[in-house]
Amino acid sequence: MFMLFEAIWFTRYAFGKRSRHETVTQLFVTGIKSIGVITVVALFTGMILALQTGLELQRYGQEVYIGSAVSVSMIREMGPFMTALIIAASVGSAIAAQLGTMTVSEEISALEVMSINPNRFLVMPRLVGLVLMMPILTIYTNILGIMGGAVVGSTQLGVSVTSYMDNATQFATNKDLYVGLFKALVFGVIITTVACHQGFMTTEGAVGVGKATRQSVVISFLIILVVGYMITRMFYI
Amino acid sequence: MIRFDQVTKRLSRKTVLDEISFEVDEGDTFVIVGLSGAGKSVTLKHMIRLMAPDSGSISIDGESIESMGRSELQRVRSKFGVLFQSAALLQWMSVQDNVALPLREHTRQSEEEILAQVNERLELLGLGDAGDKYPAEISGGMRKRAGLARAIIMNPKIVLYDEPTSGLDPVTSRRIDDLIVDMRKQLGITSVVVTHDLHSALTIGSRIMMLHKGRIVENATPEEFIRSKDETVQSFLASQYITKKGKWESFSHE
Repeated sequence: MFMLFEAIWFTRYAFGKRSRHETVTQLFVTGIKSIGVITVVALFTGMILALQTGLELQRYGQEVYIGSAVSVSMIREMGPFMTALIIAASVGSAIAAQLGTMTVSEEISALEVMSINPNRFLVMPRLVGLVLMMPILTIYTNILGIMGGAVVGSTQLGVSVTSYMDNATQFATNKDLYVGLFKALVFGVIITTVACHQGFMTTEGAVGVGKATRQSVVISFLIILVVGYMITRMFYI
Repeated sequence: MIRFDQVTKRLSRKTVLDEISFEVDEGDTFVIVGLSGAGKSVTLKHMIRLMAPDSGSISIDGESIESMGRSELQRVRSKFGVLFQSAALLQWMSVQDNVALPLREHTRQSEEEILAQVNERLELLGLGDAGDKYPAEISGGMRKRAGLARAIIMNPKIVLYDEPTSGLDPVTSRRIDDLIVDMRKQLGITSVVVTHDLHSALTIGSRIMMLHKGRIVENATPEEFIRSKDETVQSFLASQYITKKGKWESFSHE
């Protein structure tokens, strides 16, 4: 936790002369480099949601409501959740592997000896990258998921894009959006903290790096699930 | 300058350092030798408090470092430059950026002033053409020299070398030895060197300390060291074909 608090404290230097380059690099790595896989996952998440709920609703002649089912599910839960899983598996694991390798090859010790705080130099830019990009990527996931649902609605369930979109915007509220984005932000903090902690705790050379990478993904997934539930419970019950 | 007093360290229930006491004086090139697992690198890490002792005390220039806060520790660490065994260069930065890093982090010098100093140090270490290369693009010997350039860029009083010649061919190893001697002569740096390489130790050291199973078995000048009566020392010397009657018989240190 000390690592996280210190990294948060140093975020005021995120775009200062010494850290600007690394922060921008992390924004790029988190945002741009993840966009491909997020696009595919988001589209198919929306399509699967639309198909599953649409087929059930069709039995009662209510398939016009798939717009709201997809949009509310995506904005409240699936958007931030799917984005977090992808980022934990791609960016989080890469952070754990990089910091783990740096730990076992004494690069972290070298930073400490040079009186360069690893929490400012390494953790803070990654924290800023993830916390800023997670909500943006979540909005992107939401939009693509809803679009994926529209494609399935119009091609397989006979719901026109116009009525799908009318229905989708009718039921989703601003609160749903804010809660979803809040989740995304919290998930960003969780992924960074777990990945950096696992990286710094690495021992035993290459085997240790592999272990840290796996642990980072597994622990992040579990915490994201539990915290996601708690946030939903806090805002909707 | 550096003083260990009854320092003990245990790792995973094994006593790695067992009540060791010694002193490194200003201007010394103090060499620590011993078999693998003897506690050499652990001793080095204690000097900069990358590890803390279980008991005993360590002082640098008369200041005890065990209970220092972060800012005090930073002040003490600023007296040190460290060449790590793997050189520990940051892989995503060029050699020039690696060497410039401490200056960029701790000084307010302009980029031109920083690059002038960096290039001067790189030239001194024969890396004038390698500044824009990345660590993965240069040889092991060049990486060690780049690590040394970074270690001395802030003009430290003390440089710690962790196995500076390990993994290098004999010619490059001797070149690194020469650099360590040059550092002392040209910059007046106190050096602490951890090595397995006795030829190197006898060439560069003004004192040689041998650790065995966490204890000091010898701490002497090179001349005294090769004549040590300790069995462990003699066996270590013999393992590297150095005998009292061999070519080191007439050894004399500068």
